[in-house]
Amino acid sequence: MNILVCLKQTFDTEEKITLENGRINEEGVEFVINPYDEYAVEEAIKLKEQFGGEVTVITIGPERAEQALRTAMAMGADKGVIVDIEDLGDNVDEHTIAQVLAATIKEEDLAFDIILCGYMAIDDGSAQVGPRLAELLEIPHISTITKLTIDGNKVTVDKDVEGDVEVIESTLPILVTAQQGLNEPRYPSLPGIMKAKKKPLTRLELDDLDLDEEEIVAKTETIEVFLPPKKQAGKILQGELVDQAKELVHLLRNEAKVI
Amino acid sequence: MADVKKVKGGAFLLEETEPSGVFTPEDFTEEQKMIAKTTEEFIKNQVWPVLEKIEQHEFEHTVKLLKEAGELGLLGADVPEKYEGLGLDKISSSLITEKMSLGRSFGLSHGAHVGIGTLPIVFFGNEEQKKKYLPDLATGRKIAAYALTEPSSGSDALGAKTTAKLSDCGKYYILNGEKQWITNSGFADVFVVYAKVDGDKFSAFIVERDFPGVSVGPEEKKMGIKGSSTRTLILEDAKVPVENLLGEIGKGHKIAFNILNIGRYKLAVGTLGSAKRAIEISAQYANQRKQFNIPIAKFGLIREKIANMAIKTYALESLAYRIAGQFDAGLEGVEDAEGSVVANAIGEYALECSVAKVFGSEVLDYVVDEGVQIHGGYGFMSEYEIENMYRDSRINRIFEGTNEINRLLIPVTLMRKAMKGELPLFQAAQQLQEEILTYMPYMPEEDAPVLDAEKRYVENAKKIFLMIAGLAALKYGDDIKREQEVVRDISDIVIETFAMESALLRTLKAIAKNGEAKEQAKIDLCRAFIYESMQRVDAFARHALAAMEEGDTLRTQLSMLKKFTRIEPLNEVAIKRAIAKRVLDAEKYVV
Repeated sequence: MNILVCLKQTFDTEEKITLENGRINEEGVEFVINPYDEYAVEEAIKLKEQFGGEVTVITIGPERAEQALRTAMAMGADKGVIVDIEDLGDNVDEHTIAQVLAATIKEEDLAFDIILCGYMAIDDGSAQVGPRLAELLEIPHISTITKLTIDGNKVTVDKDVEGDVEVIESTLPILVTAQQGLNEPRYPSLPGIMKAKKKPLTRLELDDLDLDEEEIVAKTETIEVFLPPKKQAGKILQGELVDQAKELVHLLRNEAKVI
Repeated sequence: MADVKKVKGGAFLLEETEPSGVFTPEDFTEEQKMIAKTTEEFIKNQVWPVLEKIEQHEFEHTVKLLKEAGELGLLGADVPEKYEGLGLDKISSSLITEKMSLGRSFGLSHGAHVGIGTLPIVFFGNEEQKKKYLPDLATGRKIAAYALTEPSSGSDALGAKTTAKLSDCGKYYILNGEKQWITNSGFADVFVVYAKVDGDKFSAFIVERDFPGVSVGPEEKKMGIKGSSTRTLILEDAKVPVENLLGEIGKGHKIAFNILNIGRYKLAVGTLGSAKRAIEISAQYANQRKQFNIPIAKFGLIREKIANMAIKTYALESLAYRIAGQFDAGLEGVEDAEGSVVANAIGEYALECSVAKVFGSEVLDYVVDEGVQIHGGYGFMSEYEIENMYRDSRINRIFEGTNEINRLLIPVTLMRKAMKGELPLFQAAQQLQEEILTYMPYMPEEDAPVLDAEKRYVENAKKIFLMIAGLAALKYGDDIKREQEVVRDISDIVIETFAMESALLRTLKAIAKNGEAKEQAKIDLCRAFIYESMQRVDAFARHALAAMEEGDTLRTQLSMLKKFTRIEPLNEVAIKRAIAKRVLDAEKYVV
């Protein structure tokens, strides 16, 4: 089975976000594989263990993102492709990423029976790239899956729908996006880490792909980046219950202005 | 690794070392970082949830976790690939040890297994013994322990009373005796046991738990590391096949001392991991805990504690990985090294191992003590991690050779190297005598490069060492063994010097790579450490001089000492506030 995984390198979930000149400061930050993408990598390796075949991990990002691919390869992926699109500067959004991924799969002749992605990245949180890529490749997609079963050509998934489960059937080739609960990602073992060093990694730049820059530039524009307001200290109302209720209504109306 | 310079053990006292010639934590490869991460996640996700149960002596968790660690490769770093290990470099192996310490008692079980339990066979086992035991030990199918101490022989290890006698059929050694405080003894399958053949030839044996005549006592009740198994090992006419003799008859001390070297080094790396954790939880607590309506992290005296913890930890981290880098440089080019070659390469740095053991255990004790203080009354409560860490820390100054024994060993090791002609110690002391009269104290220049003064201070610390050690050698000769207090002073000067220089070289190396602006944190930590360390060196030297000389001679010596100990004032309040702010902002040890 030919399995592709698209993954993104994101801030470690424990990192504090700070801004510098209206941009997110990356200085001294630890990066990890986006946690949802990690589920995708784990599921891909499990499929390989079940059906045989090859797992290819693809990422778009600067040189540091190679580390995310190495980690995936240490977990058990077979090869990696990294595409550097720094030439586009800030002109990048979900549309761009999906286009570049599709072009990479074409350029590298990457055969696939199934493509796995995280359902969203914990940084931008758009949850768009997977479905967009499926559209470009003209294959079906199912998002936020928590269980995957493949039997011959038949695909059965549990899909998380706001806490309920939907069971959906489809066929290969398909793109699915991983929700928490799909599996428990393994640790890269030490032998895995040592082997990952020697696994093939292809580095591409925008020029290597058959793409018209004008067509792939972002369709959205980021106007401003700001941190959420600091949490204010809470207020505890005191006195008779009737008075407390009155005070609450007063505050909701005049201070919070929500009613 | 290629640019780390191969140096002789102890040579740092006599030679100048270039920053580029030492390994620093900034030089970790991506693979080494991944290995550290796997270890850390294993501890946090697999060990922490059951740590409380492990502390209650539910050792089935320890055994299960050790097997899981084995599957991840976390037991095989120091075992050659040939025997199902990974044969990793010593930096990687150190990182595993550092991160394992987050598992507290479990970290100790791991350390005893991979270190003192497994390494004697790696280093001194013959081919059959290696083939028979190492694959099981490297993968966690079997667990190892180390049995040296006896009720009446602790520091005096060679005074062991356990005996071994060849059986009449010549196929077995019959062992009799009792070993004490054996880590992992509750579940270990294999013990490396020391006994005296015919009552006088100190030798090592590989003893399996199932051999007839082998049993263990009840669990000891301990102050700390309660979750590690500690029992006696009882040998009553224990039948040990002759092929399980480890090394040669009567050469057991060689094995014991070599294993102690690496054990001491690994202990130091473990204290580093624990110190970082103590800083992390103390910084978090200080930010959360409010008194007088403000977080206590805003108080100067709390900040100062946080800074002091970070400063000492920085020096410890710098010296620990510097030593690991020296191990690797010493082993470079030795493919599939024979165990004894590795043991010798590590033995070369016996002095540095002792330095690391003493320094690390004392830094950690300091750090957890202040950690408890930051937690106030809560730090005295068992629900708080720092309470546990405080109790766990104490043993480090005692086992793997007490800090007193290690302090006595440092000058002895130096003397031995000097006598063998490996270190030109006497020549250097001679040269200092000529230099000392004309020596001008350091005066800072206007446009001196960053850390120029600190570089001079470290050079002076080495001169102070030569001055005091030279004087002691002259005065006492062979009788110096009876002057333990002065020997200790000399040792402490050596320890401070190595710590200062390691912090300095690391900082200079980082500046050379990233520039001064980006390395302000390291510069502050380095300067603060050296400033205080030099004052300690001064005190040790004065203490020793006052014991050796008196009257006008003493006064002359003290005035010479003053030339070397003169340091520029430093605004410690300001520099420590800056250091504390970084740690408190990040809520962890940061450089």
